[in-house]
Amino acid sequence: MKKLIGIAAAGAMLVALAGCSGTSAASDGPKPLDELVVGFAQVGAESGWRTANTKDIQAAFEDAGIELKFSDAQQKQENQIKAIRSYIQQQVDVIAFSPVVETGWDAVLNEAKAAGIPVVLTDRAVDSADDSLYVSFLGSDFIEEGKKAGQWVLDEYADATEPVKIIQLEGTTGAAPAIDRAEGFADVISENPNLEVVASQTGDFTRAGGKQVTEALLKSNPDVDLIYAHNDDMGLGAIEAIEAAGLVPGKDIKIVTVDAVHDGMQALADGKINFIVECSPLLGKQLIDIVKQINDGETPEKRIITDETTFTQEQAIEALPTRQY
Amino acid sequence: MSAVIARLVASRLFWPVVMLLALFAINLIAFPGFFAVTVRDGHLFGSLIDILRNGAPTLIIAVGMTLVIATRGIDLSVGAVAAISGAVACSIILGSPEPGSLATVAVAVTVALLISLVLGVWNGFLVAVLGIQPIIATLILMTAGRGVAMLITEGQILTVNSPPFKFLGSGFWFGIPIAVIVAAVVFGAAALITRRTALGMFIESVGINPEASRQAGVRARGLLIAVYTFCAFCAAIAGLILTANTAAADANNTGLFIELDAILAVVIGGTSLAGGRYSLVGTLVGALVIQTLVTTVYTVGIPPIATMVFKAAVVTIVCLLQSPTTAEALRDFRRRLGLRAGKGVVAS
Repeated sequence: MKKLIGIAAAGAMLVALAGCSGTSAASDGPKPLDELVVGFAQVGAESGWRTANTKDIQAAFEDAGIELKFSDAQQKQENQIKAIRSYIQQQVDVIAFSPVVETGWDAVLNEAKAAGIPVVLTDRAVDSADDSLYVSFLGSDFIEEGKKAGQWVLDEYADATEPVKIIQLEGTTGAAPAIDRAEGFADVISENPNLEVVASQTGDFTRAGGKQVTEALLKSNPDVDLIYAHNDDMGLGAIEAIEAAGLVPGKDIKIVTVDAVHDGMQALADGKINFIVECSPLLGKQLIDIVKQINDGETPEKRIITDETTFTQEQAIEALPTRQY
Repeated sequence: MSAVIARLVASRLFWPVVMLLALFAINLIAFPGFFAVTVRDGHLFGSLIDILRNGAPTLIIAVGMTLVIATRGIDLSVGAVAAISGAVACSIILGSPEPGSLATVAVAVTVALLISLVLGVWNGFLVAVLGIQPIIATLILMTAGRGVAMLITEGQILTVNSPPFKFLGSGFWFGIPIAVIVAAVVFGAAALITRRTALGMFIESVGINPEASRQAGVRARGLLIAVYTFCAFCAAIAGLILTANTAAADANNTGLFIELDAILAVVIGGTSLAGGRYSLVGTLVGALVIQTLVTTVYTVGIPPIATMVFKAAVVTIVCLLQSPTTAEALRDFRRRLGLRAGKGVVAS
């Protein structure tokens, strides 16, 4: 008998708990903006791009008067999962994050879903069969960026009769931008059989990584024609390695990168980089719009792509003075 | 002759050196020009030079780490100290009106090194005076230090345009990379000071039995503080080289996981984590093995997904070959082989 009562009590508690988690922001109607709390789990500060992204988001939230809880995962998935769990415990209204890697998010996102907290992905996607785990994905199309870079290489070497040797500096292994930028690039350059990626190694999106990998690869592939780096910082590292090898970056070895952060644009204007595909970090305003839509009980679009362009040397010289980051 | 070989094999350095040579051989097969060192633009140029130059920061930290480990301690904070020193130097250079002047860089480097001394004394104080276990004591600075570096850089990557500072990381003196020269000086100084005086023996005695050495009149407390301070000083030098190498202070990534590389270098070099006897030459070999391993991944073209597994396999092999238990088993195996061969002779 005692046992039965125990089970009944446990059952009642479960119902009560379920009742608690059901009260999400949307069901109470829109909150005033200054009562909203948004938790943002950033990847880290691994590159100039990322810090520009962080600053823009923080500034946008300050302007909108919405409270932002910010955490820095230092490029580690476990830190990010911890941050998201703590946001769930604090019952924030919306959780936004840029996943460090693509996989391994189902458990923690299910917890957020069970707690009735909508999740917005910014800048990077997750690889999950269940797309009800997040409300919206705001960010660039990395495959498209890879294709734009590939297209420039295709046009630049359209008349090449001899093989063109390419070194690829990949981003962090397993990260969405690294996978997709490689895929888009490979797709496009496969049109010309002369274009050949002779080596592809990860430089972890950092300058030091880009430099060390390029140093080593220049020794084993001295006749390389072009370097395709998945971000500006690795490209900047490659420039140092090329100069140390007594070659001229941008001439002896051409460089194509993605991102268009300030230091990268400067190198492009100086002719050390030949072409940059933009990947805009300024997501703050669009993220605020999504948060407001969720607060008003509307459903934001599932996939929102940021406006982006590409830069040649002339365009970089023109754009540099007004560049925000 | 066979006695000489037996002595060689028994040496703690034998297997690490064999591993280093094996890695060289793999590189040579993958890329025949591996050993070629040429002079380009008035400086040495080649894969071996890269290994020495990129391995220099790890070696410098590993030298400090060797002494710490010899006292039965460990210093996990070296990566964070490296990040702080780079951040301090870059922010001073950026904040000065003349970032390119030699005086500015001298001030920046001096201040960064002085701060590292304070951090080292802090570590030593926690370990020697408060008696906190070294792994915990230095863990504090390991976690907090990177945060401090982030505060100094305000979360940004600080790019400096200062030729004298850049020279420290990628410059050459008589054709030899500055980083290699600095590492050689640190290594030489540590070897001279600890091996040409009784200091090394004091360090070992504290590592073997702190109480006995205290009773024998060794001032363990001061010695420990000095050793941790030296280790932090080494970390700061390495941090300056790492930062100058890319002319940018990156609080998140400068010296990330370098404490693990340094500890690994010390262990591969045959110094026991239990303290006591240490070998600086062993640490040198260990640091070279680690850096050659990194270069091997690039030259051989091991796909990034498999890199970690490859490194783990090599390190496991070195540790297995070095372990006393394996050595015992190998000796046993050889003796039995010898016995069987002997019997064979008798039977025929």
